[in-house]
Amino acid sequence: MTTAAIKAEAARISAVFEAAGAVPVETEIMQPAEVLLDLYGEDIRGRAYVTDDPMQGEMMLRPDFTVPVVQMHMQSHASPARYTYSGPVFRKQDEDPSRAREYTQVGFEVFDGQNPAAADADVFATVQTALADAPVRAATGDIGLLKAAVAGLQTSDARKAALMRHIWRPKRFKILLDRFGGRVPVPAKRLALLANENPFADAGPEVGLRSRQEVQQRLDTLRADAAMDPISGEEIAVIEAILALSETAPHVLSALHDIAVDMPAIRRAVGRFEARLDAMSARGVAVDTLPFEGSYGRTSLEYYDGFVFGFYGLKDNRPVATGGRYDALTEVLGEGRAAPAVGAVIRPDLLLEVRTC
Amino acid sequence: MLKLGVPSKGRLMEKTFQWFGQRGVTLRKSGSDREYAGAVDGIDGVELVLLSAGEIPRELAAGNIHMGVTGSDLVREKLPAWDTQVGELALMGFGGADLIIAVPQGWVDVESLDDLDAAAAAFRQKHGMRLRIATKYHRLVREFLRDEGVADYRLVDSQGATEGVVKNETAEAIADITSTGETLRANGLKILDGGLIHASQATLFRGRRRDWTDAQRATFKELLALLDV
Repeated sequence: MTTAAIKAEAARISAVFEAAGAVPVETEIMQPAEVLLDLYGEDIRGRAYVTDDPMQGEMMLRPDFTVPVVQMHMQSHASPARYTYSGPVFRKQDEDPSRAREYTQVGFEVFDGQNPAAADADVFATVQTALADAPVRAATGDIGLLKAAVAGLQTSDARKAALMRHIWRPKRFKILLDRFGGRVPVPAKRLALLANENPFADAGPEVGLRSRQEVQQRLDTLRADAAMDPISGEEIAVIEAILALSETAPHVLSALHDIAVDMPAIRRAVGRFEARLDAMSARGVAVDTLPFEGSYGRTSLEYYDGFVFGFYGLKDNRPVATGGRYDALTEVLGEGRAAPAVGAVIRPDLLLEVRTC
Repeated sequence: MLKLGVPSKGRLMEKTFQWFGQRGVTLRKSGSDREYAGAVDGIDGVELVLLSAGEIPRELAAGNIHMGVTGSDLVREKLPAWDTQVGELALMGFGGADLIIAVPQGWVDVESLDDLDAAAAAFRQKHGMRLRIATKYHRLVREFLRDEGVADYRLVDSQGATEGVVKNETAEAIADITSTGETLRANGLKILDGGLIHASQATLFRGRRRDWTDAQRATFKELLALLDV
């Protein structure tokens, strides 16, 4: 694919987003590493290029536009607002050297708390318009359902916080769920530790920044947790039922109404799901055949926390467009202020490829 | 010539010489002890290149040597998608060492990765920074912790005397190579259960570049037959 062709395609997509009311914005390519590391953790080092500035310290070549665009928006105090951008992003490709390390993203971000369902539908429908008639399949999910189910568990805040923290790490989420549900035996060392009246007898001297008091606090937490009833099998079944959903949207909606009988705490999230489908339908999206997966969006970079979607090449399954809602990210970057936001990016290079392959 | 890279000093070099010697291929340093030149007897067409063990993975990937002996940990750390760049020919049965995660013995609440993850979350809340793990094996440790779903840590670079960093409060935990664990214990550290990142040993590798000459390929086959690998 030639650079000129990709540029032309990017310009065409930008025009679609601008026609939807988005203001073009630009961000710097070099971003302070600290912000990204705080958000994504050490994993981002394996995916983004890190460089060093003598004055500013560690910098990263932007792995996406979302973080700098959110920062810009939170400083502007404008609301509602919608933005579009177009430019290169940079990702290391250690595991598959054949993939592009530098590629163009054209994005569309909507900051609007008035009607989240309409904003979700707007971004999805606008992206679909921009993809025109490319041979792609849609995928959708909703992290908000899972978060609502975790928040609705009849258990301690500590357990809920631990599960919430690992929503985007399926393996650890499952380990925690099994442990809190009493489905795996407590390790012998843990039992011995909790039974020990003087656990520090052989602990040696205190070294390092993590103090004995902090260790003691965690022991107290562990004791409190051990004394607590396991999360019930019914509740775990609800979480697993949500994660296992894989159907067209209308079937998922009816399944969710059934699940909500067992866990009324997810009713509001189900209401939002339903409102979103209505809004998408009103925008001409064929929701009757729209696929939905309960676990979709859990393994991407951890900032999507509501509606999530993507469009994939029919033949090569490459992600031509991805997007979703990221309300929590705006709260983290807004230093207390939040601005409900949903957005998506399209890769013009992949879009051209799926059209020709 | 088929170039064979071998660690240039110490026990790793001696053991490698022994391993080849037992299979009828004599490797030796030529000239004075300080020179990094070598000679090979028992087969024609093989050139011995003495290198630091840490440079052998890169030289293999670059095609500057065709075969090489080094630690399996170094290949995995230094080469992304290592098995597309080099191939394992033989595990040599010496130079064994485990890359592990160790925490202070005083952390009686931390025995497993599960605990480390929970402690990291609490540490970040209290101290406003991610729990620091000192290591020189950045790639191996990061990939391991990502696959295990451990969060709220950061890696800090430590190229030597890693066991001492906790006392010096430049890190809270370490990920390092150990063969017996004694140095760890002497520094007030203990090994985490389930924290074995890689069990390393000296390994004979081949490069995977396609630009070998017919003569090099023939010598390679002959050498493999001699070594019976």
